[in-house]
Amino acid sequence: MIAFVIQRLWQSVLVMLAVALIAFALFNYVGDPINNMVGQDTTQAERERLRHELGLDAPFVVQFCRFVGHAVQGNFGLSYQQARPVGQIILEKMPATLELSFMAAFIALLLGVPMGIYTGLHRSSWGSQAMLAISLIGVSLPTFLIGILLILIFAVVLGWLPSFGRGAIVHIGWWTTGFLTAEGWRAIILPAITLALFQMTLIMRLVRAEMIEVLRTDYIKFARARGLTNRAVNFGHALKNTLVPVITITGLQLGSIIAFAVITETVFQWPGMGLMFIQAVTFADIPVMAAYLVLVGFFFVVINLVVDLLYYAVDPRLRVEREAAAGG
Amino acid sequence: MRTSEMLLKVENLRVEVPTRHGTLVAVDNVSFDIAPGEVLGVVGESGAGKSLTGAAIIGLLEPPLRIAGGSITLAGRRIDNLPYEAMRRIRGKEIGAIFQDPLTSLNPLYTVGYQLVETIRTHLDLAPAKARIRALSLLREVGIAGADERIDHYPHQFSGGMRQRIVIALALAADPRLIIADEPTTALDVSIQAQIIALLKRLGRDHGTAIMLVTHDMGVIAETAHRVAVMYAGRIVEIGPVRRIVDRPSHPYTKGLMASIPRAAGRRGRLQQIDGTMPRLNAIPPGCPFNPRCTEVIDRCHRERPDLMPAKETQAACWRYEAVADLANA
Amino acid sequence: MAEITAPGPVSSVTLPSRWWGRFADSDLWWSFRRSPVTIVAAGVAFVIIGAALLASLIAPHDPYDLASVSLLDATDPPAWLEGGNWSYLLGTDNQGRDVLSTIFYGTRLSLLVGCSAVFLALLLGVTLGLVAGWRGGIADTLIMRIADVQLSFPAILIALLIDGVAHSVLPREVQSRITLYVLIMAIAMSYWVHFARTVRGSTMVERSKEYIQAARVIGVHPIRIVIGHLLPNVIGPVLVIATINLATAILTEATLSFLGVGLPPTEPSLGTLIRIGNDFLLSGDWWISVFPGIVLALLILSVNLLGDWLRDAFNPKLR
Repeated sequence: MIAFVIQRLWQSVLVMLAVALIAFALFNYVGDPINNMVGQDTTQAERERLRHELGLDAPFVVQFCRFVGHAVQGNFGLSYQQARPVGQIILEKMPATLELSFMAAFIALLLGVPMGIYTGLHRSSWGSQAMLAISLIGVSLPTFLIGILLILIFAVVLGWLPSFGRGAIVHIGWWTTGFLTAEGWRAIILPAITLALFQMTLIMRLVRAEMIEVLRTDYIKFARARGLTNRAVNFGHALKNTLVPVITITGLQLGSIIAFAVITETVFQWPGMGLMFIQAVTFADIPVMAAYLVLVGFFFVVINLVVDLLYYAVDPRLRVEREAAAGG
Repeated sequence: MRTSEMLLKVENLRVEVPTRHGTLVAVDNVSFDIAPGEVLGVVGESGAGKSLTGAAIIGLLEPPLRIAGGSITLAGRRIDNLPYEAMRRIRGKEIGAIFQDPLTSLNPLYTVGYQLVETIRTHLDLAPAKARIRALSLLREVGIAGADERIDHYPHQFSGGMRQRIVIALALAADPRLIIADEPTTALDVSIQAQIIALLKRLGRDHGTAIMLVTHDMGVIAETAHRVAVMYAGRIVEIGPVRRIVDRPSHPYTKGLMASIPRAAGRRGRLQQIDGTMPRLNAIPPGCPFNPRCTEVIDRCHRERPDLMPAKETQAACWRYEAVADLANA
Repeated sequence: MAEITAPGPVSSVTLPSRWWGRFADSDLWWSFRRSPVTIVAAGVAFVIIGAALLASLIAPHDPYDLASVSLLDATDPPAWLEGGNWSYLLGTDNQGRDVLSTIFYGTRLSLLVGCSAVFLALLLGVTLGLVAGWRGGIADTLIMRIADVQLSFPAILIALLIDGVAHSVLPREVQSRITLYVLIMAIAMSYWVHFARTVRGSTMVERSKEYIQAARVIGVHPIRIVIGHLLPNVIGPVLVIATINLATAILTEATLSFLGVGLPPTEPSLGTLIRIGNDFLLSGDWWISVFPGIVLALLILSVNLLGDWLRDAFNPKLR
């Protein structure tokens, strides 16, 4: 068990270093950082001096180590566009993205899992067909289109909900939350639904497919042959076996919510890290982009690690020592 | 034995499956009885319909397969047309089942003890503690050493042979009167096979449980069964006491089966085989289904399909024994 | 006295001799005919793709011909509304371009990017998958490691990162020329993994089968074995993945264009059009976004349905 954890941790570190390397390459070698920082009429001599002062003429490895060292402390230099520390910008935007992602994940699970179970158990009922049809639409419609549609209906035509922004937010330490005001809640509904829809349909289809697969197995057949009640077979046995892989894949889905947040934040002008990244791309603000890369990489690596460990904890086959097969 | 004492009566059972090419008949007009405590072997090639017959009896035919005719009677009560819940109560309590692959028959996420206790408490009204005691005794009975500890182990911690013993324990949990064993030893090592068969025999005797033993292995049948039914292309072609069928088979197919078993002792010669293969369900020839491969075929075999008739000391579905039947009924 | 019973049902299957007869009798066509949804989906896809391919022939206007575009006609509503004009059936955008024509050309671009990206991903993925599955060893471990790492990130994020970085990194002049290729490459890079994994798995299974071993024993050159014998047998699931990925690729392209890192307004795809129209949504000029949106949704939906049908038709477990 310990060996497994250590091995996974080691893999995670390697992946992080690879991501950091890419981010560093971006940071240092795309365009000339010096040229990005100073004005037109700085002389060559001054640029050289600046370069030396900032340590940009040091060997690659040294610079990389310095980069990693700074990154671990959250120091990603100054934003080209806003001329203030990138770390500060990230801290400002992170709560917005995290709250949105959490809300979306919650909605997706709350609706997706039960719908998946229902359509898995009652494969041909009208309700199932309807749910599957809606899910297909959810998978096919691009997230941004759904967002625009919702804005059109609820903000423009009906005027019930705001079409952009977070509404009134409350500061708690360095965190800002929209959950403590009515306006904040109204503002988060549309973006959260938009973000959740894709995930929800994915979860529903996954749970359904898994459920159907499990209901086909020999041990379910044997359970029925033993005369266990439908309830015991469907919910005691089938459900438990279904949820094990579903839990893990859902964990991975959490990661893609953070990716899709980029789109949703752009549609709703939600001031989170996704919008920050898009704006950075438009302005070629390399430090911000590098920082986003590292941060997102970190999130995913952590999520994957946690999911792997979760799998290990839940599936007894991986957990308990195998007894030697001593024969019949 | 008087018919009213029969535990299981299957009469003219017919199992069909509708496909887009038409309706295929997988089990065609199959009839047999099983007496209490008797072991009936059902032998035949893969696809002969043996497993489907068992599935039909226990009510686990998967749609679109369905029972299209005939009747199944357990201890005088018809069970083929019962609603789901009534049938469910019979499953496990009156009729148990054992399947082929012990590695996939047990839910990997629950302990062996949990699965045993769950089955026991579904059919018998016992408190958890009492159920656990019964589970322990079942495990000991099927030969699991160290049952007190191992009852809380997971299935993957047991070898294949041990898992099959647990499967048997589960099938016996509510003390059914009949067990349908569908190829219980096919997936096991040869040495383990003998042990499992011996176990089944002993348990059948001790509990008075009848067993319908489905297999393609004639050797197992010879060891274990009292009577045997030979199936071909969805129908029974010969049925009778096991010694008669093994020593003096009547139906040409059965003769071919017996001849093709390699013997360790006795004359060595070429391995006998029956030419050709069993027809697929959508290509069953008219008349007797075995006629393309039969070495004793006569003209009538191509036109008319024979039913079971008395032949020497068993019953065989073959026109060659019509004369015998006439003599018997004259 | 033994009864004479009628012979059981006999159906001998005779195969038609012509290939279209066999196709008509096949399971594939039967499952297609049986599902009205799939038929409708195929019809819709056919119409949209057809219209896109014939864009230059059937579009009422040429939106790229700056001479024919007049700012005076900017943001006109669709023809059936007040202020509309029947020569601009679905209205005009903010530059005066006819929305209907731009949709034709835009769909063509979306399809072009989608198909090219999937094709590129297929080439890359199938090749790497074959190599990994056939050679095994270090090649396999290396390729699969990279695949695993990449799979832990969502495809759209990878495409976004590659494309976004490329956008901000390339100097302006170069950008507008190669935007298209960068976009195709970015999307392809995010999807090769699915192909590689499946092909690797199938290759490993087929590799140990007798017909491959026989070919090796005879001395057929490995490349000939792989391409001539192995490939046809692993291509089935690849087609299914390709179709499903086509829908996703179109979706990804639309998303990237909407975010501003895809195709530019001068050569807009459906996503770009929606982006342009988004700015006018709140002021009530809804048609610039909605019509391209509908076409995009129908296109992705129909390709998805076709992919679903294909997958179910090829899946032996569901028969």
